[in-house]
Amino acid sequence: MSLLARYRIILPAVSLAVLLAATFWMQPRAMSYFGLNLLFNLAVPIALATIAQMMIIMVNDIDLSVGAFVSLVACITATFLNDAPVLGLAMLLALIVTYAVMGAVIHALDLPAIVVTLGMSFVWGGIALFILPSPGGSSPGWLRTLMTVKPPLAPMAVVASVVIAVVTHFLVIRSGLGTVLRGVGGNARSVQRAGWPVIRLKALAYGLAGLFGVLAGMALVGLTTSADANIALRYTLLSIAGVILGGGEFTGGKVSPTGAVIGALTLTLASSFLSFLRLSPDWQIGAQGAILILVLTARLVFRQKRAEA
Amino acid sequence: MTNPFAKPWIWSWVAAALAFALTLGLTSGRGAGELAYAALSFGAFAAIVGLGQMLVITLGPGNVDLSIPATMTLSATLALKAMGSDEGTALLGLVVALGAGLGAGLANYALIFLLRLPPIIATLAASLVYQSFAIWSNRGLRIKPPEGLADFATGRFLGLPNVAWVGLALAIVVWVVLERSVWGRWLLATGQQMRVARLAGVPVELVRASTYVTVAVFAALSGYLLASFSGGAALNMGTEYLLMSIAVVVIGGTSIAGGYSNVPGVWGAALFMFLVVSMLNSYGAGAGVRNVLTGAIIIAIVIAASTKKRGRA
Repeated sequence: MSLLARYRIILPAVSLAVLLAATFWMQPRAMSYFGLNLLFNLAVPIALATIAQMMIIMVNDIDLSVGAFVSLVACITATFLNDAPVLGLAMLLALIVTYAVMGAVIHALDLPAIVVTLGMSFVWGGIALFILPSPGGSSPGWLRTLMTVKPPLAPMAVVASVVIAVVTHFLVIRSGLGTVLRGVGGNARSVQRAGWPVIRLKALAYGLAGLFGVLAGMALVGLTTSADANIALRYTLLSIAGVILGGGEFTGGKVSPTGAVIGALTLTLASSFLSFLRLSPDWQIGAQGAILILVLTARLVFRQKRAEA
Repeated sequence: MTNPFAKPWIWSWVAAALAFALTLGLTSGRGAGELAYAALSFGAFAAIVGLGQMLVITLGPGNVDLSIPATMTLSATLALKAMGSDEGTALLGLVVALGAGLGAGLANYALIFLLRLPPIIATLAASLVYQSFAIWSNRGLRIKPPEGLADFATGRFLGLPNVAWVGLALAIVVWVVLERSVWGRWLLATGQQMRVARLAGVPVELVRASTYVTVAVFAALSGYLLASFSGGAALNMGTEYLLMSIAVVVIGGTSIAGGYSNVPGVWGAALFMFLVVSMLNSYGAGAGVRNVLTGAIIIAIVIAASTKKRGRA
C-alpha cells in the first residue's frame, strides 16, 4: 500500500518535471524568478479549484458547478468584498454553508450529484450575472497585495502552491477526519456502520469544497483585478482533469492533494509551454488535450509495470 | 401501470405543458401555434443530442460524453466547408458530417478502451483536440449552407418543422431498438450490471463501442442540422449543448445510475428546456433570474423524481 501511495505521487511529479525541463530547454530565460512567476501566475486559483473538486471526488461525487461557483465568488469579491467587506464576507460564508447544505441534501435524498451540481451551476451563473451584468469591479487592495507579494527565493505562485499542497495533505491524508472522509468515498456503508454520521461527513466534504472554491475565486480576482460572470467557467473541466492527472480516481476515495496541486500546475504549464513552442494558436487547445492524453497514457504504462512486479 | 404518473417520463411532459400554459397565460392564448412551432424546432437539436447522451448514460455510472459540443462544431464546420454553399451538395455535407461523427466516436472509444481512461476524462481530452480541428478548418470563416439545405432545415412538413420530424424519427428508431432489439437489451443489461452482463455472454465491449459511436454520430447530425438552420457554423455553436444534453436526459426520467432509458422523456425535457426559457423571457426576467430559476427547476425535478421513485419502491 505504501508502494502504491508512493507511485501515485511519482507520476504526476515526473510529468511536471519533464514539462518544466522541456520549457526551460526551449526558453532558458524562463529559468528565473521572474520567468517562473510568469509561467505559474494563474496556477494558484486553478490549484485551489482543483482541491475543491478533489473534495467532492473524494466522496465519490463529481461537481459540474466549480467553474460557475468560482466565477460567482470572483464577482462578489470584486464588488461587495471591495465596497462593503462585512457584507461581502457574509455572502462568501453563506456560499460555503450552501455548499455544505447541498452535500447533506444530496446524501439525504440520495440524489445524483452530477445533476444537482449541474443545476446549481445555472444558479451560481445566474446570481453572478445579477451581481455583475458586465465585466468590471475591482480587487480589494489587500488581496491584490497578497497575490502579487514577492517572497524571497521563489515566486508567490510557487510558494502558494507548496503551502496549499502541504495544508491539504495534512488535512486530507494525515488527519483522522480526513481519513474518515476518504473512507466515505471508499465505502460509505462501512463508515456508517462504524458509527460515523455520514450525512455530516458529506456536508463537511462539500463545505470544504465550498471553502476552497471561495479561496480560488478570491485568488483569481487578486490576480486579474476585475471579474466577470464567465471568468472561470473553464475551471470545471480543468479541475476534473487536474484531479485525475494528480493520480486521483473517480471512485473509492482515492485522491491525492499534493498530486492535485501538481496536476493543476502541469495544466497551467502546458499552456505556457505551448505558447513557447510557437504553435499556431489554432492548435493550442488541441495540444493541451494531447498532453493530457499523453500523461494519462504514461499512467497506464506505470500501472501495468506495477501489476507485473 | 394504471396510474399514468407512475411513468418517469410523464414529469417532463407535465413540466413542459405547464411552462407552455404559463407563457400563454400572459398573452391570453395568442401565439400558441408559433410558440409550439419554435419549441419543436429548437427542442429538436437538444432532443437529438439528448438521445445520444441517454444511450451513453444508460451504460452505467461514470459513462457520459463530454465531447458532444466539440463533435457538433467539428462536423458542422467540416460539412459546411465540403459543401461550400454549392447547390446539390447537401448529401455530401451530410456524409462528411456523419463521417466526422463516426471518427470522433471511434477515437473516443479507442481512448476509453485502449488507454483504460475513465470516459469523462477521455471524452474531455478528446474534445479539446476536436475543438482545435474545428478552429483550424474554420479559420473564422462563416460559410453559408446551400440554399436548398437551409430551406429544408428551416422548413416545415404537415405543419411541423422538418428538424422536429428528424428528431421524432430518431426517437422512434432509438425506442424500437431499445425495446425490441437484442442490441437494446444488451445495452440495458450492460448498464444494470456490467460484470453480470459479461458473464451472461453479452459482448460488453462491442455494446460500449457502438454506443460511443452512436452518440457522436447523433451529435454530428445535430450539428449539421443546427448549422444549416442558423445559416452557418460557429465555433461556439455547441457550447450550450453540453449541460443541455445531460439535463435533458435526467429531467426526462432516465436513471443517472444507468440501465434504464427513457425515450419519450427526452423529448418532453427538450421541449421543457426551451419553453421554460421563453416563459421566463415573456415574464420579463433578466438573464440572471432566468438562469437561477432554470437551475432551481432542474433540481426540483430531480428531487421530485427521486421521492416518486422511493414512494413506489
